[in-house]
Amino acid sequence: MTAFTPIASLIGGAMIGLAAVLLMSVKGRIAGVSGIASRLFPPYADGELFGRLAFVAGLVAAPLVYLLVTGSLPELTVAASAPLLGVAGLLVGFGSVWGNGCTSGHGVCGIARLSTRSIAATLVFMTTAIVTLFILRHVL
Amino acid sequence: MSFVPVLLQFVVGLFFGLGLIVAGMSNPAKVQNFLDFAAIGTGGWDASLAFVMAGAVAVTAAGYRLVLRRTKPLFAAGFLLPRASAIDARLMVGAALFGICWGLVGFCPGPALTALGTGSASAMLFVAAMFAGMLAARWLADRMTRAPA
Repeated sequence: MTAFTPIASLIGGAMIGLAAVLLMSVKGRIAGVSGIASRLFPPYADGELFGRLAFVAGLVAAPLVYLLVTGSLPELTVAASAPLLGVAGLLVGFGSVWGNGCTSGHGVCGIARLSTRSIAATLVFMTTAIVTLFILRHVL
Repeated sequence: MSFVPVLLQFVVGLFFGLGLIVAGMSNPAKVQNFLDFAAIGTGGWDASLAFVMAGAVAVTAAGYRLVLRRTKPLFAAGFLLPRASAIDARLMVGAALFGICWGLVGFCPGPALTALGTGSASAMLFVAAMFAGMLAARWLADRMTRAPA
């Protein structure tokens, strides 16, 4: 069980939105984490590697800043076994690049732009995620 | 490369990550409890993530409208918005694979990278595998574009 946190989640969501708006105003780009993370590796098509590294470093540094401010690390409960994490990681990486986006690029930025492509992608990944979890928790 | 835009992108990433933490989305258990729609009847369902999505989409939609009125971004020649509009098999397969494995473990790319900062061994394993999967997808996409039709 995790507690229902509508206020904190709404505020956190708004912060994610502000970050996406800031990236658009600074670099004119969509804040899609899979797109940014996958381009940390060669071949490099543009001169934006340092900016991407900085964005990912910011994501990774967030728990440390949270620790400094609140005195504790964010709660993290992982139910999956190591082999499952490996396989799922591989396919989350593959699928997000293959489908040109993940929860942030399609689910937040794409829906905000009313992109039908992103709305379709979000419906597909939400549906498959819900069905998968149903099978994992209630069928197997 | 100039320093200011790189620093700003660090701030964007940090703010994004803090948003994920405040929202509770960096915790895979919370993500999975949202995706568990069968628990709606039994009281175990955590609807919080719908609020994350609502907050993020509302602020992004409003903010993009303001920002895109400008002729160009602060530190780039122009806005780079995705132009693809086709809802094709590749999009569907990618999104489906992504969704299945997101449901299995509760990690997607942003929260996994943020969870990495807590020193979690699970996040390290997931992120290493995720980067390998991303490279495989780029390699395969590149091969398919080069192959004669």
